[in-house]
Amino acid sequence: MEEVIVAENLVKTFGSFRAVDGISFRVRRGECFGILGPNGAGKTSTIRMLYGFSPKDGGRLDVFGRDIEREPRQIKSRIGVCQQENTLDPDLTVQQNLEVFARYFDIPRAQARQRAEQLLHFIGLEPRRQAKIPTLSGGMLRRLMLARALINNPEILILDEPTTGLDPQSRHQVWLRLEELKSLGMSILLTTHYMDEAARLCDRLLILDQGRILVEGAPLDLIRQHVGREVIEIATPEEELRRFVRDQQLPHEDLGHRLIVYGGDGEGLYHRLTTDYCRQGCTLRMATLEDVFLRLTGRELRE
Amino acid sequence: MKSPPIAVIRRTSRIWQRNWTVYRQTWKISFVPPLLEPLFYLLAFGVGLSALVGEVSYRGEALSYVAFIAPALVAINIMNNAFFENTYASFVRMYYQKTFDAILATPLSLTEIILGEIVWGATKSVIGTAIMLVVISAFGLIAYPHGLLLLPVALLGGLAFGAIAMLFTSVVPNIETFNLPVFLFVTPMFLFSGTFFPVDTLPVWFRSLALFLPLTHLVRLTRDLAYGRLDLSLLWAVGYLLLFCAIVTPLAIGRMRRRLIR
Repeated sequence: MEEVIVAENLVKTFGSFRAVDGISFRVRRGECFGILGPNGAGKTSTIRMLYGFSPKDGGRLDVFGRDIEREPRQIKSRIGVCQQENTLDPDLTVQQNLEVFARYFDIPRAQARQRAEQLLHFIGLEPRRQAKIPTLSGGMLRRLMLARALINNPEILILDEPTTGLDPQSRHQVWLRLEELKSLGMSILLTTHYMDEAARLCDRLLILDQGRILVEGAPLDLIRQHVGREVIEIATPEEELRRFVRDQQLPHEDLGHRLIVYGGDGEGLYHRLTTDYCRQGCTLRMATLEDVFLRLTGRELRE
Repeated sequence: MKSPPIAVIRRTSRIWQRNWTVYRQTWKISFVPPLLEPLFYLLAFGVGLSALVGEVSYRGEALSYVAFIAPALVAINIMNNAFFENTYASFVRMYYQKTFDAILATPLSLTEIILGEIVWGATKSVIGTAIMLVVISAFGLIAYPHGLLLLPVALLGGLAFGAIAMLFTSVVPNIETFNLPVFLFVTPMFLFSGTFFPVDTLPVWFRSLALFLPLTHLVRLTRDLAYGRLDLSLLWAVGYLLLFCAIVTPLAIGRMRRRLIR
């Protein structure tokens, strides 16, 4: 399958700090690829190199088989970028934001108007076309950012934390649109630290921490490999229970007030634990990407 | 990778167009200052001060004080329009509105963004000059057709002051810091560039200092053109401003690159 992005040994440094420390990955045409990681993992630095904003400090980075530093213009005309911060133009209306942006891509006026019209419909902002940017809600701003990134009919859509700070309704609105774009065959690369978002949207993903790749793969495979199918969580575990888990050498994590037991045969173990050790505060649930993420990146705060 | 100049000009014009689109929405407000400012000055200095000053001798010619300062007002307006556009307004677009960040994800380059901003600042100088010309001409203080050359001069002066303004924008840590170049650069020029009194009346050392200021040369151009004098010595002033642009513009672009591209 054709690879639209090829990164090999990619490095980005700020002084002596290696924000991206030799990562390699490939994005195939038509897939949704996720870059996950805690704050400061190097997600945004990676994305900025991808759309030609930041020069790389090492390695190779090809988009559409071309070197991003040699041919930034040709590449940038074929990708759409939805930055993390709101960079909409507050001096312009909703519709003007799309039409003025179209000019940067040399899209003729009539075509730009038509495209803006389609996109306003796509994001459900037709009634607000004349609205000024500061009057829009957070969810509308995000959707407009998304529409603006699509103005040039890009082959790859790059999104940096597309739903950070949105309420659940707005997040679903964004997800629905991204799923629609995906079904139309658009290649999507996104960063996020929402695991549910990654699990829902991404065909494949990698988890980044301190500038390095920890794991890469399809969400379900990663869950199976690193956590198993199910997880048992025990609130305020007794010492007796802790000893049992240790003696049985069950993969687990002890958070003090909470014990998390991974893998095992799920129901059988759960049955045993609930009858022998804890009558309450014990839950069996499906393993999620969040378990993988926390297991691999740890639980300390990243600030 | 080199682009043909015509492509650079086309992409630079996209930035200009963006600012023009915004300007068209607020032009009624933008029109007021260049319309009223010369009126206020001509009233204050022409009616108020000229009674005290009487006539001014400029390059061997005796002029009324109003006739003396009117072209300088045009030059000051050229300076102010470009300078304030490419300091405060450009800074707001760059820093608060993240407009440049958004555009950097499109095929436009940083050089084109900065050039587009500077050309836009110069455009505001030209618009301001055109409005002022109408007002000042009503007082019969501009000789035509030479006076029409003030428009290309406004473009040149606007490019020079826009470029230096952009250089300041690329280095100030915050918007308040613009007080410094305004107070240390714009205000002294406003006063000492042969605007309200001839440079010749200054002590020699001060006069040579004034010759380094771009506004001195711009005032020289606006004044002589307003009086209908066209001689080769004006080429020095044109040359100075061209050289100024040629040196400062790449500096501004370079510093801006260091500031924005991380």
